[in-house]
Amino acid sequence: MIYFDNSATTKVDPAVLDTYNQVSERIWGNPSSLHRFGEEAFNLLNQSRKQIADLLGVQPNEIFFTSGGTEGDNWVLKGTAIEKRKFGKHIITTAVEHPAIHETCEQLKKLGYDVTYLPVDKEGRISIEDLKNAIRKDTILVSIMAVNNEIGTIQPIKEAAEVLKDYPNVHYHIDAVQGIGKGIGELIMNDRVDFITFSGHKFHAPRGIGFIYKRAGKKIAPLMTGGGQEHNLRSGTENLPAIAAMAKAVRILLTNEQAKAQKQADIKSTIYNHIKDFDKVTIFSKNQANFAPHILCFSILGVRGETIVHAFEDHDIYISTTSACSSKDHVPSATLTAMQEPTELCTSAVRVSLDANNTIEEAEEFNRVFDQLYQKFSKLS
Amino acid sequence: MNEIYLDNAATTPIAAEVLADMNDKFKNVFGNASTLYGLGRQSHTILEDSRHLIAQSINADDNEIVFTSGGSESDNTAILQTAESRQSLGKHIITTAIEHEAVLKPLQYLEAKGFKVTYLPVDENGNIALQDLKDALDDETILVTIMSGNNEVGSRMPIHEIGELLKNHQAWFHTDAVQAYGLLDIDVKADHIDMLSTSAHKINGPKMMGFLYRQKNISFPSFIKGGDQEMKRRAGTENVPGISGFATAVSLIDADAKKQRQAKYYHFKEMIVNGLQENGVNFAVNGQIAPDNLNHVLNLWIKGISTYVLQTNLDLAGIAVSGGSACTAGSISPSHVLVAMFGKQSPRIGESIRVSFGTYTTETEINTFIDEITKIIKRLSKNN
Ligand SMILES: Cc1ncc(COP(=O)(O)O)c(C=O)c1O
Ligand SMILES: Cc1ncc(COP(=O)(O)O)c(C=O)c1O
Repeated sequence: MIYFDNSATTKVDPAVLDTYNQVSERIWGNPSSLHRFGEEAFNLLNQSRKQIADLLGVQPNEIFFTSGGTEGDNWVLKGTAIEKRKFGKHIITTAVEHPAIHETCEQLKKLGYDVTYLPVDKEGRISIEDLKNAIRKDTILVSIMAVNNEIGTIQPIKEAAEVLKDYPNVHYHIDAVQGIGKGIGELIMNDRVDFITFSGHKFHAPRGIGFIYKRAGKKIAPLMTGGGQEHNLRSGTENLPAIAAMAKAVRILLTNEQAKAQKQADIKSTIYNHIKDFDKVTIFSKNQANFAPHILCFSILGVRGETIVHAFEDHDIYISTTSACSSKDHVPSATLTAMQEPTELCTSAVRVSLDANNTIEEAEEFNRVFDQLYQKFSKLS
Repeated sequence: MNEIYLDNAATTPIAAEVLADMNDKFKNVFGNASTLYGLGRQSHTILEDSRHLIAQSINADDNEIVFTSGGSESDNTAILQTAESRQSLGKHIITTAIEHEAVLKPLQYLEAKGFKVTYLPVDENGNIALQDLKDALDDETILVTIMSGNNEVGSRMPIHEIGELLKNHQAWFHTDAVQAYGLLDIDVKADHIDMLSTSAHKINGPKMMGFLYRQKNISFPSFIKGGDQEMKRRAGTENVPGISGFATAVSLIDADAKKQRQAKYYHFKEMIVNGLQENGVNFAVNGQIAPDNLNHVLNLWIKGISTYVLQTNLDLAGIAVSGGSACTAGSISPSHVLVAMFGKQSPRIGESIRVSFGTYTTETEINTFIDEITKIIKRLSKNN
């Protein structure tokens, strides 16, 4: 089996699962309880938090655990909207965000907020000029994804950080769900960002766990209220086994990060260079430094994305249409639509998404299968 | 030293069967349930099978079950989204004074936004009076949120009667069943329940996993927005291993098991009360010992000994109990439940502990607990 759908979700790493199991069996107390079961759990919770903070070069009190990327995105947006509404109701984001951002912005619009969606160019990238022009007196939040989940564009998040230094009160949020561990840590963990969203299952931690970074001193309202866990900002009994497992997954992910990112870039190149010369192939992800090393999105003219996905599946190769969350509705890719690609391309796009466990050999096998399928598709059309 | 865990209302150890099932899913089923291909379909099947099993456990239909990240999210969703979507019908909500913080905090937020919340009082047994609810109900009431059973004293609310009462009223009926699920038979149809919250980690399932039951005709915008997962009612990549583990935990508790547990825990309560009496301990039960209450929770007033001191001494002896609800994250603020039952001035507020039993609690452990707590109490009383 060749699993090339790592942007949808990844398989839990065996060492990470081991941690999950051990904590489940041994340290299952409630961290809020004031007895030894609770204390053990509390200590491990803090240790995990510190481990993640250290790995990212931030403070432990800047890490807050969530149930995943979607909750993190919802929280930062709504939490900012509530916290800062007396200062303004204008939010800036991009036209190519994940639905977790986009749908939340749409809801905020209904509640009276004003949202500017920055347009993107042919590579799916916003322009810094547009960002500068969009900022207003009542802007309270700028939210930009680090890496687009459909085609892998890296957004100019560092340049945006420079711009936003002139607007210290505007919350700056980065959705780094697809960006962590892909060799661009320096761009993400920049000196201006206030909030960052992460999701465990995209890097071999279990599903249902994630975290946000919140710069010390920056304020947001909680999304989930109740028992007051996570410094009163995220209520609910903590999922300690998953949190400890995720801390380990972050450590594994960030060990030799650059080399692993390079490996993924090489695998991507192997496929890119092979398929680029076929007449009917359009590749949306560029083979260059301002694209993530792990995402390759392309289409074959006249063949629906679903058809391509299923054809590869018959060869035990797993890729996907552009976004897992909407793939059942046969909707055209939102990112490609924003890039103003023709509709027939937007419905025929597929995504290959890699991680460090993939190999060049798998890419070569993919290429062989691609050749066969391309011939078959050509005969049909 | 053998450690004895008597804090199962705070959280429970995961069942070996559950962990084994989750491991199977972690290793073998890792496709994203929303993707097209076979791996995803396999995930999807597990998701839907789990949903079916869980729906049956409360006599709901499959599409009425929405998986969430736990009890807190379920409560927040039910309350905040009902308020947001129904405020044109009225801004009045009724609850009780002894709900969990996951209900009370969202209500406080709504109060700050101009909603009116009625907190039904409770008597010394932790029970509400149905008449109070009838009196509070008006044309503006859009939501009644009343827990199935209390997490600190184990009292039960008249869910069936409330459901009957609200059947023909516009107000939706939500019940926080986090403590009751897995112990009581719940039938959302017979009881006319519109929304119901649960949490897996209270029934030997995984943490940060739960569901919100939403009666078919109830619709409101999803609390956590994004992808189209959970029939567009809860976005976020589905936690298939967690959901499957939850279903496994539920499958371990059939109707007989619930009865057996209730009976076993009732027996434990009697053992403790009789034991302490025989040992001459000066104590009282906070609440009522009744076979139909949530029998896994026993709240004791140990007269003259502070909660903190007693809890610490028990902990040193290897016995874990709670000084209230664990979910008030690490704090030892006075229990709002005991305050509602006995008033702020009652000595019970600072001199009570909660003992809560679970699937793996044994009679031997209860006997040890009785011996140890008696020793500690005698020692502490002598020092006074
Ligand atoms: C860019 C981006 N943001 C947010 C999410 C949502 O994360 P999760 O599935 O953990 O809720 C995803 C993945 O689905 C994503 O790719
Ligand atoms: C009655 C009640 N409701 C809600 C909750 C919150 O559940 P969770 O910790 O899963 O968020 C708890 C337990 O903490 C509880 O006892």
